[in-house]
Amino acid sequence: MIRDFLDSLSESIERLGDTIRFLARILAQVPSAVLRPQLIFDQIYNAGALSLVIIMLSGLFVGMVLGLQGYDLLQRFGSEDALGTAAAIGLVRELGPVVTALLFAGRAGTALASEIGLMRATDQLSAMEMMAVDPVRRVVVPRFLGGVIAMPLLAAIFSMIGIYGAQLVGVQIMHVDAGSFWSQMQASVELRDINEGIVKSAVFGIACSLIAVYQGYHSAPTAEGVGTATTRTVVTSAVIVLFLDYLITAFFLK
Amino acid sequence: MNATSPIIDLRDVRYSVGGRTIFDGLDMQVLRGQVTAVMGPSGTGKTTLLRLITGQATADSGSIDVAGVAVTRSSRSQLYAMRQRMGMLFQNGALLTDISVFENVAFPLREHTRLPERLIRHLVLTKLQSVGLRGAAGLMPAELSGGMARRVALARAIVMDPQILLYDEPFVGLDPISMGVILRLIRRFNDALGLTSIVVSHDVHEITAVADRVFLLSGGRVVAQGTPLELRDSPSDVVKQFVGGLADGPVPFHYPAPDYFEELLARDGGRFA
Ligand SMILES: Nc1ncnc2c1ncn2[C@@H]1O[C@H](COP(=O)(O)OP(=O)(O)O)[C@@H](O)[C@H]1O
Ligand SMILES: [Mg+2]
Repeated sequence: MIRDFLDSLSESIERLGDTIRFLARILAQVPSAVLRPQLIFDQIYNAGALSLVIIMLSGLFVGMVLGLQGYDLLQRFGSEDALGTAAAIGLVRELGPVVTALLFAGRAGTALASEIGLMRATDQLSAMEMMAVDPVRRVVVPRFLGGVIAMPLLAAIFSMIGIYGAQLVGVQIMHVDAGSFWSQMQASVELRDINEGIVKSAVFGIACSLIAVYQGYHSAPTAEGVGTATTRTVVTSAVIVLFLDYLITAFFLK
Repeated sequence: MNATSPIIDLRDVRYSVGGRTIFDGLDMQVLRGQVTAVMGPSGTGKTTLLRLITGQATADSGSIDVAGVAVTRSSRSQLYAMRQRMGMLFQNGALLTDISVFENVAFPLREHTRLPERLIRHLVLTKLQSVGLRGAAGLMPAELSGGMARRVALARAIVMDPQILLYDEPFVGLDPISMGVILRLIRRFNDALGLTSIVVSHDVHEITAVADRVFLLSGGRVVAQGTPLELRDSPSDVVKQFVGGLADGPVPFHYPAPDYFEELLARDGGRFA
């Protein structure tokens, strides 16, 4: 039991090392990939379009739940006017980046991993190598950058729609005063809160995109390999995102 | 340049992967301008051989020279420069699935040249015409049959005017007509474009019909070489087994296993997982 655990721990650390080396290889190719922005725009569009609807829907529901729970909690202290602030801070600092990252990993991340894995399994990556085209530059880097850019935009959309959802429940159903909902939010949400959200969604975007392209690129060249790569993408992304979330939160509260 | 100087020269190559030795003491010289066939049972390392020649895999020891480039001692950028003078046809074509037939053939041109669109169009259409698929330019790879996909891949492989063309199992899974088409294209391109071709295959009859020279691989080395005629008349047991398609011989039918009867009668029932 303990032995298995230690084995899998050392394997994870090894894989982490590999992933960081892969990141270095990607970053080295970023300058030359930027010279062909169209490839990157296509991938932003892909990653964004794939996830947009589920992120908007989830943002709405999460915001509505926040509206209900927040109202219930705050009215015990007679401070339901603070609902706007509570919802905005909860979404911008925490739920927006985290839930978006989890959904992004499940939708765009798995699509990336299986697309690249399938290119590996059908020799498309080797064919590029043979045509003297570096697949990391041509395939991996644009997809990585597309994900890195799309993720913060999606998180922002999630938070905005979430605030709207909280307002929907809090103001329209629970009859919190609309004026104080918005004005309290405006008065007490600080730049620091927004920064935390931006840093988190940027870091999660890098982590999720890196994990997806890494898993796809290094998948075994078989149907089974592609399946494993997509599963690992979701699981690894989820664990890493929650772990990084703790680190960044602690850093901002320090 | 001498018409019969080796353009690909492998000497005493050793290569192992995953604890298994695939090649040990492999020597092979491929002559310029010829169609060379490499035959051998599945799993002997024919694909691996092509990967060694193109520098996608690195030999443990020995030397590999391709058109004056020492593959085993070259950097990634030197290998990329060398590969621009080589074309390779993968077993299933390996077309890029997200772009059209036209764009697949145009891909190397767009990546490596800054030719005007009009010229790219001209080059792509002439190459597609030469494989008989100009009419398929607008199709997506998923819409092609196996034989068509391989012909498109062939057009893509010659679009940069390579000196060397490598084919990995170009006949597998093709109907007899498609097979004949590919066979004739191999010979025609080799002679008309002044190429050197290496064709990896285990289809003895097909390949000996076009090859100038044949190498037979087995057990990690070249066990026989010569013209197709020389091989057909060879007294060697391995060659006879392979050319004659005999199930058992020096290349055993059975994967190494414990004694048959003992295993069937074993009481404690050995497990296979
Ligand atoms: N990356 C690898 N890891 C482990 N074994 C490999 C790898 N690549 C090839 N092999 C093994 O090397 C042998 C030769 O493979 P291959 O060159 O594909 O044979 P062929 O093309 O002649 O059928 C096979 O037994 C295969 O299992
Ligand atoms: Mg093979």
